[in-house]
Formats: sequence, structure tokens, C-alpha cells
Amino acid sequence: MERVIFHCDLNNFYASVECLHHPQYRNVPMAVGGDVEKRHGIILAKNMLAKKAGVTTGEALWQAMQKCPNLTIVKPNFSLYLRFSRLVREIYADYTDRIESFGIDEVWMDVTESAKLFGDPVELADTIRQRIKDEVGITASIGVSFNKVFAKLGSDYKKPDATTVITPQNMEHIVFPLPVEDLLYVGRATTQKMHLMGIYTIGDCARTDVGLLKRRLGQWGEYLWRFANGLDNSPVLVHQQEPPVKSIGNSTTCPRDLANLQDVKIVAFVLAESVAARLKEAHLMGSVISVGVRDIHLHGYTRQIKLQQATNLSDEIAKTAMELFESNIDFSTPLRSIGIKVSDLQVDGGPQQLTLFRDPHAQERALALETAIEKIRDKYGFTSVQRLVMKEDPLLSSFNPKHDHVIFPESYFKG
Amino acid sequence: MAKKIYVDVILHHSKEGRIKPLAIVWANGVKYAIDKVTQITKAASTVAGGTGIRYTCYIQGQPRYLYLEEDRWFIESHKGG
Repeated sequence: MERVIFHCDLNNFYASVECLHHPQYRNVPMAVGGDVEKRHGIILAKNMLAKKAGVTTGEALWQAMQKCPNLTIVKPNFSLYLRFSRLVREIYADYTDRIESFGIDEVWMDVTESAKLFGDPVELADTIRQRIKDEVGITASIGVSFNKVFAKLGSDYKKPDATTVITPQNMEHIVFPLPVEDLLYVGRATTQKMHLMGIYTIGDCARTDVGLLKRRLGQWGEYLWRFANGLDNSPVLVHQQEPPVKSIGNSTTCPRDLANLQDVKIVAFVLAESVAARLKEAHLMGSVISVGVRDIHLHGYTRQIKLQQATNLSDEIAKTAMELFESNIDFSTPLRSIGIKVSDLQVDGGPQQLTLFRDPHAQERALALETAIEKIRDKYGFTSVQRLVMKEDPLLSSFNPKHDHVIFPESYFKG
Repeated sequence: MAKKIYVDVILHHSKEGRIKPLAIVWANGVKYAIDKVTQITKAASTVAGGTGIRYTCYIQGQPRYLYLEEDRWFIESHKGG
């Protein structure tokens, strides 16, 4: 049976939420972006007026200001956007449990089974759009199709606040004339290769011999050919309640074996600083600190402790981790690698339970200090500011887990 | 233009878990009793700028929208009241 897949895209998501909350932004060109006072950062989202002035997502703030001198730039408020994302997801969940997130503002939904309960697919898509508009106050565009790739093309086809249907009957008319780079996973490099082969539209790609595409582009050539022909059969994954990230951690195999607590301390501080910086970047904090150790015979174990209050401070993470190391390692065998992980994550900036035993002002000062150090490091390199303990053994501390750490892109073929 | 005004609200919280607003307390301390609630629905307030659960309340015979935004209440205020 032919599937019914929706791709829902919340239009100019961050900017739409800001415009809803601040009526004064609605009639001026406005964009959500990095730090205005510091005059750096990029455009994350823009409203329709800014779009008309030529402002594009991803460009530097100064570039946008040149195109549109009266542009209002607003700092992002991620916890607000997460709330809106959750409100919209609650609406989707009224219609199916097969909801797969693609970022904070896009989802695929498989409504093959449920669409008939709510009229036909187009009627259902229009109902969902209307509910998002009435109940949440922002607009969405929805692509309705028989596979995920075409559904996504559909939601891009007409914006804002529109439904586009792509069927096997009209796909040659709607999809084939689109530029090939509109196809999911066709990036700049692939586009260039395609152009060299004389492939400019999705239709060109669909009509090219699949063997030729495979020879030029490898396995991806066949995937893209299947995508272009509407033969994508990847499933929409089942709705997951958990946030996409459950923990942030780093571990390292040390340049030399660790023989005592001082050695552990040097490495632990480097790891804790990396974990803390990554938490702050993701706007998260966590209340469970775990450590893992592995000795030279590759035997290992993990230990964890729950803090009273969530943290994203390297000092607290390092000190807690050191307590765990101290009470668990006996050094009868030297250690080869150690790791630190923070879990039980929550979004930072939310309300916090204060405790009697921790000074909130000291905490704010520590956060300001660490943020400043991280900015210096971003600009002048990781070693521009270091803790004294790292100088004790430059060899042990001479790694930068945050920058050396490779983040793999979310796979389309997961599950 | 309408403004978003957060207000104190006196509630009845039933043992079944239902919440019913009984009165709005204005910033100057004046209490306005809510005679009845005719509709409760999720809704966005485009005029005031916010989203939440909207209670259509009758106060002194006039319908007013009262919004529960997570854990705070706001009303759409016209010309300060």
C-alpha cells in the first residue's frame, strides 16, 4: 500500500516565535542571530520583511546589516523555542505516534494508518496547519507525499503556511523541474559533480543511468537516483519522548599511563573543561556526573554521583569527578584511559531550585569567568588560557578533546 | 495596541485536578471576580504576544480572555485596562 508521509516545517521558526512574543518586531525587518554587541555571530532565522531585503540564514551579522541597515537583531532564546517545539509536537501526537524530528522545527510523520480517520491526507494537513496557527500562533508548511524525500521537497515548495501534495502522478510536473541541489543530501560537492555530468534538475538525475551515477558518486549515486525517482522507502521512526542528547562526555587514552592521583587530576581537568564548554554550547546542564576508568589491561568500570543541582561549570564537574576517582581508584595497576560524562540533562536558563549550601552569586561569577575563558580560547586557541595544574605535565594535558572530537552527522538511515 | 499584562489570579484547584480561575487581582490590588468561564482551549494570543491555555471569562458581564502561559497568567489589556 502506498504510504502517506507528511513533512512539517515551521516557517522561520525562531523569528516567528520572537514576532509572536514581541508584536513590535512584526512590522520591521528582524532576524534572530548571535551576539549583537560583540558584532559577531550569524543569522539563525529571519522574518519575511528581512527575507525580502535579501537577508539569508547562515550569513554573518555584518553582511546582513549591509543589505538591510535597519535590521533588528534579537538574541536567541532557546528555552522559549524548545517550549514552542514541544507545543507543536503535542499537536502532531494527536494524529500519529510515528513522528521523527529533523532538527527543532521539522518533523516527518507517517499518517498512512490514521489519515483516513480524519478525512483525506490534504484535509488532515490543513487541519494540523490551522491548529498550529490557532493554538501556538505560528505557521507551518506541510509536504504530503508517498515518501520522506518528496514530503520534504513539498514542505519547501510553497511557504509560508501552505500544503503541497506530491503524488506519483504529479511528481514529474512538480519535482522534476527543481534544481538537483534541492534534493536531500545533495550538498555543494555533489552538486558540482552532478553539474559536470550535465545533471541540473532532479528530473535529469532521475533519468540518468543509475550505473553511471554509481560509478561517479559511489553508493550515494544509487541512493540519490532512488530519491529522485520517488523510490525512497526509509521509514519514519517512532516518536521518542527523550531529548535527542542524553549525555555529554569525553574520554581519552592518555599519552602515558596514569600512575597516581596527580596524573588523573591533570587529565580530569582537561576533560571537565571540554565537557563544560560543550554543555554551555548546547545550552544544557546536567546533574549526574559519571567517571570511567580503564587500566593498562583494558579492565574498566564506571562510577556516578547525583548532584543536588544541575551544573555546566568545569570546576564543579572536575571536583566531583575527582572525588569519584579518589574514592574508587587504587592504582595497583596503572590506568590507560579515563573519561567524564554529564547526564540527566536539562535546558539551561530554566528555573532552578536554590540550595542553602551553594552561593548563587559565586556560581554566576564562575559561569561568567568560564564563559570568558572559552571565548578567549575560541579566538586565540585552546592553550591561550590554562589551569596551572596542566603545566605540571604538558604532555598529559596536551590534547583538546573539544576540538579534536568529531561529531558525526545524524544519519538518515538510522533505525 | 493591546498589551500583555501578567496578573495575579485566585484559583480553585479541585481534587480531580481541575483549575478554575475565580478572580483576577489587578496591580493596584483591585479584585475582579470572574462570574463564569465559558470556554477553555489551547490558543495563541497574537494581539498580546503569547501562547497557552485560554480561558474565556465573564467579568462584570463582559467576556475577557485569560491565558495560562506555563505557570503564569496574562490578559490582553487594551489601553491599560
